[in-house]
Amino acid sequence: MPALDVQQLTKTYKGGFQALKGIDLTVEEGDFFALLGPNGAGKSTFIGILASLVNKTGGIVRVFGEDQDRTPELVKSFIGLVPQEFNFNLFLPVVEVVVNQAGYYGIPRREAKVRAERYLKQLDLWDRRDTEMRKLSGGLKRRLMIARALVHEPRLLILDEPTAGVDIEIRRSMWTFLRELNAGGTTIILTTHYLEEAESLCRNIAIINHGEIAERTSVASLLNRLNTETFVLNLKGRLSELPQLGGFVLQNLDDCTLEVEMSREHTVNGLFEALSRNGIEVISLRNKQNRLERLFLEMVDRRAGAGWSSSDPADAPDAAREVIA
Amino acid sequence: MSRQGVGWYRHWISFQTIFVKEILRFTRIWVQTILPSVITTTLYFVIFGRLIGDRIGTMGGLDYLDFIVPGLVLMGVITNAYSNVVSSFYSSKFSRYIEELLVSPAPNWVILAGYVAGGAARGLVVGLAVMLVAMIFTEIRIHSVAVTLLVITMTAVLFALGGFINAIYANSFDDISIVPTFVLTPLTYLGGVFYSIELLPGFWQGVSLANPVLYMVNAFRYGLQGVSDIPVGIAFGIIAIFILVLGVFSLHLLRRGVGIKT
Repeated sequence: MPALDVQQLTKTYKGGFQALKGIDLTVEEGDFFALLGPNGAGKSTFIGILASLVNKTGGIVRVFGEDQDRTPELVKSFIGLVPQEFNFNLFLPVVEVVVNQAGYYGIPRREAKVRAERYLKQLDLWDRRDTEMRKLSGGLKRRLMIARALVHEPRLLILDEPTAGVDIEIRRSMWTFLRELNAGGTTIILTTHYLEEAESLCRNIAIINHGEIAERTSVASLLNRLNTETFVLNLKGRLSELPQLGGFVLQNLDDCTLEVEMSREHTVNGLFEALSRNGIEVISLRNKQNRLERLFLEMVDRRAGAGWSSSDPADAPDAAREVIA
Repeated sequence: MSRQGVGWYRHWISFQTIFVKEILRFTRIWVQTILPSVITTTLYFVIFGRLIGDRIGTMGGLDYLDFIVPGLVLMGVITNAYSNVVSSFYSSKFSRYIEELLVSPAPNWVILAGYVAGGAARGLVVGLAVMLVAMIFTEIRIHSVAVTLLVITMTAVLFALGGFINAIYANSFDDISIVPTFVLTPLTYLGGVFYSIELLPGFWQGVSLANPVLYMVNAFRYGLQGVSDIPVGIAFGIIAIFILVLGVFSLHLLRRGVGIKT
């Protein structure tokens, strides 16, 4: 039984704007699923409908086989939502936010306190349990939203850009936490602007654009579609002349920085051998661009029919550029 | 999900959580929520009851101070039951933490009952405080405990529902003060708090009968003092009808998601 089964989901706002144009999507139980798309593509509307915050215009939503229209309370009890925007009573202490949330789900206060302690400890917030919400930093608030969403122990956790605006350390610790949660059996649906996040965490992916599913596949098969990879190399010495290396397209960004584009037929070992033969020593290298990001931009552009084909996000159309901002 | 499957028990916990949250909210800021009404009514008792009241003599067969006690108690109940729900629910909309409830399995009627009970509780706490103040100035004898408690509770519930509907439609903090200022206060002042409608000319007596607050004040006055301008049965009937209409309308608004869902 899929964790989420959505059929012909539509949403038209007052004024006629059609945010969702008949979405069909299935997410299997236990999956770690990414939902990507440029700003205004319909992601938040989609998640809002799943979480009962937005009224759908048409279509069917089933969560673990239960129809949202027929058994709304049961469907709500299956889902935990980590929204994009902070939505707290800023004058309440941290622990009260979590305990109250458990209470809304019908969990008795004594048990709610036990669960609140468990999740606040897991997310390193227990020491701040008596701190008023308004005194927490943005990163701590994001972690608290996860604790709050988990307190009723949902089978499906939906995170709408959970790591937006948090520092790298907190982001990495949240990734670890989410991986463990998923390994424990919780199905996770994630939207993110950090495509590295989706590539690192998720097994399957859907790209939503202009209210439609543009792509629904596994992350692995998506990445296999890339024919070329571009690396930026920091060189030990200055490069006076651009060498000719068969199979590699080279471009010097400055005297000590080289950009190399290579097809999938070639290996990095082969690149280094060729560089060594030409007396070029490399201090470090990095991918020019996140691989998923590149594919994403290409897909969004293809759907938009703009005819743009560069892999550089700076050349991307506005809608596509925003998603990696 | 242990014990979450038991529907009524789960709903009771949800209701309790909202209700306790509301109680804690207004008791935590009692200087803003309880004290102002107590100070205002104390001034009413001193100025209208003692200083001016002694010169007025009797009203509706009662000393003027005794006459205004039920109205002033009820005025505190009405104002506070209304403003508690309107400000609390609107704040939850404004700061978006209403979403905590909307994503939860708590049904709409539980959400409504929780907020209304919280607002009614504040109204009753203020009513009790005003009553205690009144006891400093005059002797309070309750004619009918049942009528007194029933009227004051039903009135608190009715205006808490009114506050809920106001909060649903409000789009700004200005919107939550318009109804109390331009509707609630005039209705209360013209609802027989300070005078008996027998003093009014025939036409204005008829107009006054269209004011629902008049029925509540008079029914409450009957409960406390055994006198009323209108039959108490009719007053109960009218309050009950208003509660039913506003309650059903509130649930309709919640079901449609007016003001809280897109």
